[in-house]
Amino acid sequence: MKHQEIIAQLPYEKPFLFVDALDAVSDDGAQGTYTFAEDEYFYQGHFKGNPITPGVILTECMAQIGVVCLGIHLIDGLTEDDKIALVSNEVHFYEPVLPGEKVTVISEKEYFRFGKLKCQVKMLNENEKVVCKGTISGIIFQNKKES
Amino acid sequence: MTSEAIYDQLRDIIKVYLPEDVSVDSITPESHLIQELNINSAHLIDVVLDVEDAFNISIKDHELQALDTVSNAIKLIQEKINN
Repeated sequence: MKHQEIIAQLPYEKPFLFVDALDAVSDDGAQGTYTFAEDEYFYQGHFKGNPITPGVILTECMAQIGVVCLGIHLIDGLTEDDKIALVSNEVHFYEPVLPGEKVTVISEKEYFRFGKLKCQVKMLNENEKVVCKGTISGIIFQNKKES
Repeated sequence: MTSEAIYDQLRDIIKVYLPEDVSVDSITPESHLIQELNINSAHLIDVVLDVEDAFNISIKDHELQALDTVSNAIKLIQEKINN
């Protein structure tokens, strides 16, 4: 699948789509980028008078690029009947991400078995410093198109 | 490997993934993993992956359905070990 097709199949939209571009996708992992706009809605409250991207949003961005985009590639396309869900994550945070910053997410597949995709995922800032990294797992419930 | 030995090992694997309101004592050979022990589908996959490692066997996607009860899981594990 082309990278743009994968992004088009993501089951998210603004203001909760955190994928701008996919740079690489293979059976072993994915790499993509997102730029946090200065006017993202969560900066209104996180933190008061001191906008910093929340860790849960960074985790979401890592999951969307590193796990969901990779998963769509691995199953060769998501259909409307397929249901996806986050299963678990353990992420450590090292650097803040400020409004306007561009981040790069890189994932490595640990396994994709029985619909569960587990990945090692890291996020880098424009200075190539690790912003956060950890393990994220998602699951897909597929309605079989054919036997 | 006897089915008792498999049962003991399988029980140790399953207990890690039981919800808080299900006790280890609830595990019996007849227990249905999802319907009775309330193991969710993501954790069922964890059980299978742990079983593969513990018994050094490989379970295929379509065989997941056969792992409905503890005793059926033991049966499948025994078949795999003997092959």
